[in-house]
Amino acid sequence: MKGEGSKKGKAKRPTGEKEVSTVRVKTAVSKAGEILEKISEPYKVVSEVLSEVKIHSELVDEAKRQLLNLYVFQGVTQRDILVREALRFREVSSRIKEAAEVVKDYVPESIYNEILTSLFRTYIRHGLSESELASIVDDCVRIYLDSIVDPGEPVGTVAAQSIGEPGTQMTLRTFHFAGVRELNVTLGLPRLIELVDAKRVPETPIMEIHLDERHRYDEMRAREVARRIELTVLENVTKTADIDLSEMKLAIELDPEMLYDKGLTQDDILKTLSKSKSLAGRVALSADDPNTVLIDIPKNYSDIIKAQKFRDRLLRLRIKGVKGIKKVILQRRRDQESGKEYYVLITSGSNLDVVLKIEGVDPGKVRTNSVHEIESVLGIEAAREALIREIKNTLNEQGLDVDLRHVMLVADMMTRSGAVRPIGRHGVVGEKPSVLARAAFEVTVKNLFDASIRGETDQVVGVAENIIIGQLAPIGTALVELKMNPTKIKSLVEREGR
Amino acid sequence: MPGEKEVRSIKFGMLSPDMIRKMSVTAIVTPDVYDENGMPVKGGVMDPKLGVIEPDQKCETCGNKLAACPGHFGSLELARPVIHIGFVRHIHEILRSTCRKCGRLKLREEEIDKYLELLNRLKDRWPQLAESLSEYVKRRAMKVFECPHCGEKQYRIRYEKPTTFIEEGPLGKLPPTFIRDWLSRIPDRHLRVMGYDPEIAHPSWAVITVLPIPPITVRPSILLETGIRAEDDLTHKLVDIIRTNERLKEAINVGSPEIIIEDLWDLLQYHVTTYIDNEVPGVPPAKRRSGSPLRTLAQRLKGKEGRFRNNLSGKRVDFSARTVVSPDPYLSINEVGVPVDVAMNLTVPLRVTSWNIDEMRKYVLNGPFRYPGANYIIEPNGRRLDLRYNKDLKAVAEGLKPGFIVERHLLDGDIVLFNRQPSLHRMSIMGHVVKVLPGRTFRLHLAVCPPYNADFDGDEMNLHVPQTPEAQAEALTLLLVQEHILSPRYGGPIIGGIQDYISGGYLLSSKVALLTKDRVSDLLASINYEGEIPEPAILAPKRAWLGKQLISLLLPEDFNFAKEAKISSGALKCVNEECFWDSYIVVKKGKFLMGVIDKNAIGAQQPESMLHYIVREYGPSFGRSFMDKAFRLFLRFIEMRGFTMTIDDILIPPHAYEEIKEVFRRALDEISRTITLYKEGKLEITPGRTLEESLELKILEILSKARDEAGDLAVKYLDPFNNVFIMAKTGARGSALNVTQMAAMLGQQSVRGERIHRGYTFRTLPFFGKGDIGPEARGFVLNSFVKGITPVEMFFHAAGGREGLVDTAVRTSQSGYMQRRLINSMLDVIVEYDGSVRSTYGDLIQFRYGEDGVDPKNASFGKAVSVDRVVRKHVGWRIE
Repeated sequence: MKGEGSKKGKAKRPTGEKEVSTVRVKTAVSKAGEILEKISEPYKVVSEVLSEVKIHSELVDEAKRQLLNLYVFQGVTQRDILVREALRFREVSSRIKEAAEVVKDYVPESIYNEILTSLFRTYIRHGLSESELASIVDDCVRIYLDSIVDPGEPVGTVAAQSIGEPGTQMTLRTFHFAGVRELNVTLGLPRLIELVDAKRVPETPIMEIHLDERHRYDEMRAREVARRIELTVLENVTKTADIDLSEMKLAIELDPEMLYDKGLTQDDILKTLSKSKSLAGRVALSADDPNTVLIDIPKNYSDIIKAQKFRDRLLRLRIKGVKGIKKVILQRRRDQESGKEYYVLITSGSNLDVVLKIEGVDPGKVRTNSVHEIESVLGIEAAREALIREIKNTLNEQGLDVDLRHVMLVADMMTRSGAVRPIGRHGVVGEKPSVLARAAFEVTVKNLFDASIRGETDQVVGVAENIIIGQLAPIGTALVELKMNPTKIKSLVEREGR
Repeated sequence: MPGEKEVRSIKFGMLSPDMIRKMSVTAIVTPDVYDENGMPVKGGVMDPKLGVIEPDQKCETCGNKLAACPGHFGSLELARPVIHIGFVRHIHEILRSTCRKCGRLKLREEEIDKYLELLNRLKDRWPQLAESLSEYVKRRAMKVFECPHCGEKQYRIRYEKPTTFIEEGPLGKLPPTFIRDWLSRIPDRHLRVMGYDPEIAHPSWAVITVLPIPPITVRPSILLETGIRAEDDLTHKLVDIIRTNERLKEAINVGSPEIIIEDLWDLLQYHVTTYIDNEVPGVPPAKRRSGSPLRTLAQRLKGKEGRFRNNLSGKRVDFSARTVVSPDPYLSINEVGVPVDVAMNLTVPLRVTSWNIDEMRKYVLNGPFRYPGANYIIEPNGRRLDLRYNKDLKAVAEGLKPGFIVERHLLDGDIVLFNRQPSLHRMSIMGHVVKVLPGRTFRLHLAVCPPYNADFDGDEMNLHVPQTPEAQAEALTLLLVQEHILSPRYGGPIIGGIQDYISGGYLLSSKVALLTKDRVSDLLASINYEGEIPEPAILAPKRAWLGKQLISLLLPEDFNFAKEAKISSGALKCVNEECFWDSYIVVKKGKFLMGVIDKNAIGAQQPESMLHYIVREYGPSFGRSFMDKAFRLFLRFIEMRGFTMTIDDILIPPHAYEEIKEVFRRALDEISRTITLYKEGKLEITPGRTLEESLELKILEILSKARDEAGDLAVKYLDPFNNVFIMAKTGARGSALNVTQMAAMLGQQSVRGERIHRGYTFRTLPFFGKGDIGPEARGFVLNSFVKGITPVEMFFHAAGGREGLVDTAVRTSQSGYMQRRLINSMLDVIVEYDGSVRSTYGDLIQFRYGEDGVDPKNASFGKAVSVDRVVRKHVGWRIE
């Protein structure tokens, strides 16, 4: 067996370790949640204790977790002990806050909060001396400040390399099952190329639709929403469609099973058909068979070939559902926190604009993999987020670890003009101000001719141009423009020395 | 460098006919190239006035020799003007937007004023927008069919490929002469609104009246061995142009019929077109006598082999070497072993001072053929002395004075750049310290294989010697291997232990590694350890040391660390210090107390490992020396113990095969049951799939389960601590799947993620019945590598293997192109001094890099500071 083993082996996911542990934590939490549901006692008691003993808002969650831990797993149920513990926590938290206060201005909030919780946890379990506290806090700041990028760092090139280099390790297989067994999804290198190309429609558009509270827990209700979304054309519910040339009538025999499946009745079909302008007044239910609809073929479709065309077009008529959504699949999931089961709709085909307005859909939790749809419906910032998410997911799915900052930079380059531009000659490179940079990339001759007749000027500030000229590009160590003039210094020293 | 000029900007434009005449050193008048004596004809395309191509010739125009003469342009007056193929699109647009009679832009004067004002405001700040505006103005003017200035009725102008313009009105086909006059009529102001600069590039110049003849240095003729002169493609084309031009001139002079003149004119147009671009759609390319198309001006610039990508964006360099690479574990990771032959050809320029003059004299005395010597001397006046041809090296050495430059051989300790293609990331070129060694290959440490993606099956690598002190300093501070231990892709070490280093680390650190004093001495000697030998861990019955004690000697004294080892899985799982299996690594105050060294501790590409924190917390140089010592220690130990793979490691007893067969039989039963269900139409359908797809999925599932079962069976019969398992479990090499395939069975072979089904009608091979969809007929391999596979199985295995090869080949080209585009799009993007990300063109891209300004190489899993780690670093010695 060639596949899996060797390939996955190479692309070992360095994040594996982490994920396992978060999953473990999550299951632990969800277990705790289940217990809570049955006996909400500990939660109540702990909350009461904490309302009595006020703890700093940044640490109150961690304190609650620690108290619950005591109660549930170590059997400390006596209220007075818990209060005593809480008082100790308060004491600890103020000491930690005091120690960490000095760094608040130096590190980002996320790191500051991490410092607080991490110290709190350690303090409670092992205790920390004054000097240990100080040295840990100091070290955090030092490490953070040491980690800042250097000015001049060619982050663009590094980002491009960091995304391009793992490309060689990705699968070429277009189709793969990503979480959804039922649908084929473009993954790996083809998907990555599709994303940086900013292709208008993805090869396999897919949506993940969460439902509102009323519909998400009940299969029947979820299915109802699914039916509203899945595109049904006349053909889907038709058994036969015969042309009666003598009468110039089209007899469409409906399939009652399919009708039921799609949640439709004969009347619905009749109504939708009548609504269409060209068919108004020409549709009738057959007298002998309730499942057959008779339609008068218009005069201008007199001969058989035209009549067939008419039939084919009619069969593609939308009865219900959302345009572009070919298939909807119901998926059952379990909520990690509450342990409740709920339903999610996965669709093949995407139409964000319409789906958001469908009743029963939670519009805040609809996901599509079509970046362009997101751009046109939700705007460029949303498109940027979508690009970042899609690129990151594509890489992660292949077990490749790439820092998010690289992905963000690529997404920023693609979206900074206000529209999603592809990486390449029709987008980011094609819009560079430098003639030489464009000529060195792809359409050499045309760029040079156009530049000549327009009398363009190349300011040679970019990297590609400077390489062509044979000069240093203003990047990295060559960004520095301050240079020493030894003769000047010499004369200065001589003058001062005198 | 002083005296060098800086290019601040490059202005593109067209040459006006006057300019061409002015810069011309001679008019070209005759199609003849050489006379009977083989001398270039005056007034021909090889006129000596155009420059020199022979080394000793003196240029008739400037008096310089080959090296200094830049070459000079000539000019050719065309009998009738022709259209420049590169500008036809623009000519067409201008013709359509201006009046056929007065030549003015077909917009009202007020509008033109308005647009011109707008354009001037946009031009400097938003060149892109200015261009769009001009396009818009043109578009608008094209829609007008009555001149607002003179009231003339306008007609549509059709462009016919390649160079014909036809007015759909009274004029019909527009001859180039007419077009030129039309274009010349356009007022300058109106041209400016359309985005043209009449001073630099007047559109009327796009109709060629005088053709510049490029200097011969651009199109040198070469002398073949047969003594026959071969002319450059451009020269051939120029001769064609001149010949046609002469004929056209003649025809006009004698007053030939219009048709003949027209024909010749078209021919001239064809020759000039193909001279400029020989790949114009609709024009048959001009061919050489051999039938291959000529490489004319556009072709010289275009594409991968064109001037731009081959000579301008990438250049050839001196002071470089390339040869095969081979491993040398006794080097430091930042060293490179350089063959003496190479070291004697690559040089470093050193300025002679009064302090180093003796040393320099020594090199000069040794000369170019004795190592360490010198190849060249550059005198202060710039004269270059080649020591190869100098008989009296002694005199030269004597004459050496401060101020001279000696290009001495490469020595141990010099800094060089080392590279392996494809250079996919910045770690593909790193700085190494030279170690001159005998042999003919470059030697490198095995730990730097991952960043270069190198192996030793014949890989070649390149080496470059930085020449200036600036370049050397930069290489030493920024490019040295240890500066690249952390990958900017994911913030973990990309350099680290691989293969035997991991096995060795595991064996040395495992509890069973009890070492006698002899062994300890041997091991410590291998890393040049000079300190005290610690107290033995075991005193009786014999004094014995643990491998863990030796590893502790290498760790910093205040290092604290705790993590699960790679082997911690399944039955050996441990999550904290209470570990019976020794699979939880604990280091407190630099003492390696517990656990084993495996991939999770020292592996390459393992973020948050022990190695990672050693490098981050004690600096890259310490990290480097740690790796040097640790890896040498591990290798020494694995050498002492011996490490190999025997057939016994994967051989299972015969009755185990029976059991495996039984597993397969059960799978067969299940499959036939499934098939029956399928035939009866009772098979449960996977939602969203067809019945057939569901069946396939089901069968695949059963078979993969069968293989796993067989694997588990085989493992049961194997020694869980044999060398193969050690490699798989510690992450040194191979996986459980590899063991299964060797010992138990290969399992299902797949092509495109499906069972193999293509081949003959309704069957894969003629050995099977038609319509057989059983496992064996669809590429299931029951046998293992040890047992041997049948010819049919081998065929299926090869089919699956082939897919992998094809995949790799296709993938490299696709991802290569994607990366080229990514890099070309982003190479100007840098971090500015204020922490924002900008392009060198001044565009602001991010206010703060990555929203927090952190360099990704310092951020594993996106976090710059892992507080839990900092806590452990400081108080880990007393907490669990």
